[in-house]
Amino acid sequence: MHDMSAHAVHHGAPTSFIRKHIFSLDHKVIGKQYYALALVAVVWGMVLSWLMRIHLGWTNFAIPGLHLLSSTGAPGNIMTPEYYLQLMTMHGTIMVFFVLTTAPFAAFGNFFLPIQVGAEDMPFPHFNMMSFWVTFVAFLVLVSSFFVSDGPTLGGWTQYAPLSAVGSVAGPGQGLGVVLWAASIAIFCVGQLLGSLNFITTTLDMRTRGMSLMRLPLSAWGWFITSVMALTAFAVLMPACILLILDHVAGTSFFVPSNLVINSQLLPHTGGSTLLWQHLFWFFGHPEVYIAIVPGLGIVSHVLIANMRKPMLSHRVLIYSMGSLAVLSYMVYGHHMFVSGMNPFSSLAFSFPTLIITIPSTIVVLIWLGSLYGSKLRINTASLFALGFISMFISGGVSGFFLAQPSIDIMLHATYFVVGHFHLVMAVAAIFGIFAGTYFWFPKMSGHLMNETLGKIHFWLTFVGTYCIFMPFHYLGIAGNVRRYQAFTDDYLIPLIPVHKFITIAALLTGLSQVIFIYNLIYSRFKGAPAPDNPWEATSLEWSTATPPPHNNFGDTMPVVYHDPYQFNVEGASTEYVMQTSPEQYANPHEEK
Amino acid sequence: MATTIQHPPKIEPESLLSQGSGNGGWRNLVPAGGDLRRTKFSPPPASTGIWVGLAAITMTFAALTSALIVRQGAAQDWRHFTLPPVLYLNSLIIVASSFTLETARRRIASFMGGLRDQAESPARWLYITLFLGLLFVAGQTVAWMQLKSQGFGLATNVSYSFFYVLTVAHALHVFGGLGGLVRVIGKLNHSVLRRSTLDATSRYWHFMGGLWLYLLLLLWMKL
Amino acid sequence: MAKIFAVTIILIAIGSAIPIVMHTWHLPQDISTHGPLIDEQYSDTMAEAGISFLASQLLLAFFIWKFSNVKPGTKTRNFPGGAMGLVIAAFLLVGTEVLALGVFGAKAWASVYFTPPAANAMPVQVQAGQFAFYFRYPGPDGKFGPLHPDQINEANANFYGLDTTHDQDSKDDIVTAEMAIPVNREIHLLMHSKDLGHSFFVPELRVHQDFVPGLDLSVHFTATKVGKYEIVCTQLCGLGHYNMKAYLEVMEPGDFDNWLKQQAALQ
Repeated sequence: MHDMSAHAVHHGAPTSFIRKHIFSLDHKVIGKQYYALALVAVVWGMVLSWLMRIHLGWTNFAIPGLHLLSSTGAPGNIMTPEYYLQLMTMHGTIMVFFVLTTAPFAAFGNFFLPIQVGAEDMPFPHFNMMSFWVTFVAFLVLVSSFFVSDGPTLGGWTQYAPLSAVGSVAGPGQGLGVVLWAASIAIFCVGQLLGSLNFITTTLDMRTRGMSLMRLPLSAWGWFITSVMALTAFAVLMPACILLILDHVAGTSFFVPSNLVINSQLLPHTGGSTLLWQHLFWFFGHPEVYIAIVPGLGIVSHVLIANMRKPMLSHRVLIYSMGSLAVLSYMVYGHHMFVSGMNPFSSLAFSFPTLIITIPSTIVVLIWLGSLYGSKLRINTASLFALGFISMFISGGVSGFFLAQPSIDIMLHATYFVVGHFHLVMAVAAIFGIFAGTYFWFPKMSGHLMNETLGKIHFWLTFVGTYCIFMPFHYLGIAGNVRRYQAFTDDYLIPLIPVHKFITIAALLTGLSQVIFIYNLIYSRFKGAPAPDNPWEATSLEWSTATPPPHNNFGDTMPVVYHDPYQFNVEGASTEYVMQTSPEQYANPHEEK
Repeated sequence: MATTIQHPPKIEPESLLSQGSGNGGWRNLVPAGGDLRRTKFSPPPASTGIWVGLAAITMTFAALTSALIVRQGAAQDWRHFTLPPVLYLNSLIIVASSFTLETARRRIASFMGGLRDQAESPARWLYITLFLGLLFVAGQTVAWMQLKSQGFGLATNVSYSFFYVLTVAHALHVFGGLGGLVRVIGKLNHSVLRRSTLDATSRYWHFMGGLWLYLLLLLWMKL
Repeated sequence: MAKIFAVTIILIAIGSAIPIVMHTWHLPQDISTHGPLIDEQYSDTMAEAGISFLASQLLLAFFIWKFSNVKPGTKTRNFPGGAMGLVIAAFLLVGTEVLALGVFGAKAWASVYFTPPAANAMPVQVQAGQFAFYFRYPGPDGKFGPLHPDQINEANANFYGLDTTHDQDSKDDIVTAEMAIPVNREIHLLMHSKDLGHSFFVPELRVHQDFVPGLDLSVHFTATKVGKYEIVCTQLCGLGHYNMKAYLEVMEPGDFDNWLKQQAALQ
């Protein structure tokens, strides 16, 4: 058969280097490619954040070599105000799109979703390959904006119109820089739509014998729910980006209102709606936050269970909670716009679902805590990061109580309180999820064990470091410290600069400690001890196949599933844990009825 | 291209599909000693995939629709204009193409179901569909040229902007459907056509027709 | 290792709470009539969020301490009450909590946004542009003259695009770079953006509102304390965003009248 749309299982193992490692149809290779892309992007994004942090602490500090990155942006190695904003925009865009979306969702999801459902591959492998390469092109387009004459856009990752829509008259980077940004994001949307199409279809159609939906591991559920969100959210962002590009290059007036005078020029546009961009963007933007975090919820649950040696108190409740988070995420996006000039009644209308979203989040946390009770917790790097994730998720979550209320948002909107909130709950927590997943699955992905000692050192530095960075953000916000300022010149902000210096030092040290992780990753990939098939004594399907899995995942015989995914310490079973594929019958299985 | 098929076309019979060959279908086999409670039939991935894809397209056009409504209400500069009449002809063409495609699909399907010995020239109806699809796109191009020649460009007024954005976005999606049709024809002639591929392509095509009628109504009401 | 981890979590949780409890950093003092409701809402939320934060972090630490590296023979146990108990607890505790916050928060919000300005409120117009605020007082006739964007000319200090030769209403309009208002008098602030999205934020005044280009909004407030405060822009508006600010001076009514006369003389 040569049917592209339906011949998932029948592509044979490729032999040429290009088909094997570059234009590969194998979901495992594509997953690793996504992981590598995210790794490059996260290092890049982190270096940008260092530059920003140094500038915030010591505004006139000459950063050696900075003029190599941009001679106009950093004359004499001192960052200009616009260059700070450009770095900030790129930091946000790279991190949100190319790290927090690609790593937990596209990378791990690609590698493990088909294995966890018991499939030989995704149903549309060509789409899958395109998904990665389209995303890669999107990344190149974004990075290329560093090299155009006036640099990348400075409009922030939210690209509010009209700043983003009026062209270079509004400032450096607002011409070609924005067009490249919007093109990159539109291309990225295409990549993620193709990916989500595969994820959803894999989950619905490719499950192996006996693998009912409720028998899917929680990580698979995380990816499935995320892919539904990604499909709907990116399908909205893409046309929004195209309209933005048209405002730029074709002179249309979707987002640019009449009578704007910028730099003493009266613009020709008429009647556009700036709030329209915000509505379209946040309709995507809020689900995007959950796209970043829901895979983490799944991965962390999955990692924890294997290390608690008992299943979650309720598989079903966790799944329903993740599902309600996804559904609610579409009803709350207006909380980003409380003081934006949106009708104040709408603000209230968005406030209540935002508050309600704390209920499923609380249920998730309580189920984790309740499941920890009476467990036999194994402490290793993976479980440390998973537990660290819970701590970060709680810390970042409680600040949501404040931001959900429009009245308090009057004080906290656009301050560092918001920055602290979303970094903890979405960025750092998601990164902890990625770390937990990496330390847990690396043996399966590479065939080698990671170094535990280095892993634990990495964990301690990262855990303490991130709290030192992001907790003080909340204090700054309470004191009214406005975000997106390249320097603090206001009378009431000057006393806060020492706090910024502390954060900068913490950020540099925490960032530096990630070198340990990258070293561990590369060293273990080549020199690590060979990994057994099931190093963690876990039960789901990825552990019943070889390490690393063969081209078609399971070799000659496809697995048959007899149990719910987490059969640990089951009464009457002959072993401490029972694989999903074990036909063993016993009296009291951990089953969801 | 032969319009009557001398040899039975290489169409994969349905019976093979329900057993599946790895596309989810073999989940339906009885596991030896396994728990059968939850195993049930599931369609081949292309049938699910097409619905997922159509859902994404629906979201995109829903977003554009809401943008249109919000933008129209945002300012007084909205300019109403009469749609180029050729659009109504195009609508007839795309509706007709759905019928021709459905004819082709039924003929092939009935062959797969074993009702007839030979499919009666299914490829001919596919070619007609393809032709009508191209005619539709040509007709849309005529509409764009007409507006353009009257001096109404993309940036003349935002109502024109929306007209161009919506119709061009739809036309690009129609090209996707045309590509699908070409693939179906190629498979019918040269290799094996799966029922699910045919069904997915035709669903996509019908959806494009429905989407066009919706867009026409929207444009007619709002522009 | 697990025990050190548990202790670390406890230390971080308590350490994070200390600056909040000690008020090391706190909301700026409130000088508005509507502010107390917001501040009260803030403190209530802080109490509830703080308790949730400490309770869950401590519980996490305690469970990690207690259930890690248990003796090999130990059996796993389930949480008494099971998942259902936790779900009900979440609905009851968090549900009532967020309902209370939502309802009281709605009241605080309504007090700011759902009340029309008083009839005798003093109108002031603020115009935001890259990267400065300008303020306009209607003058003795009480009317603002119309704006002509094409006549904006910064060189002539015509920041608003007023046509004082033709428009009668514009002739006595007073345009200033600083905002002054009388204490204890309601102000109706009309917001206009010349170019892009900006925001008007005076932390002490508990007023924070974006400028929407193409859509003129208004807010109203009453300041209760004489003093000089900073107005900052919080909506990213370009390279000079960090430096876009102006001063708000709250004055005794007599001082304000004198100030306005001085400014009128400068026009």
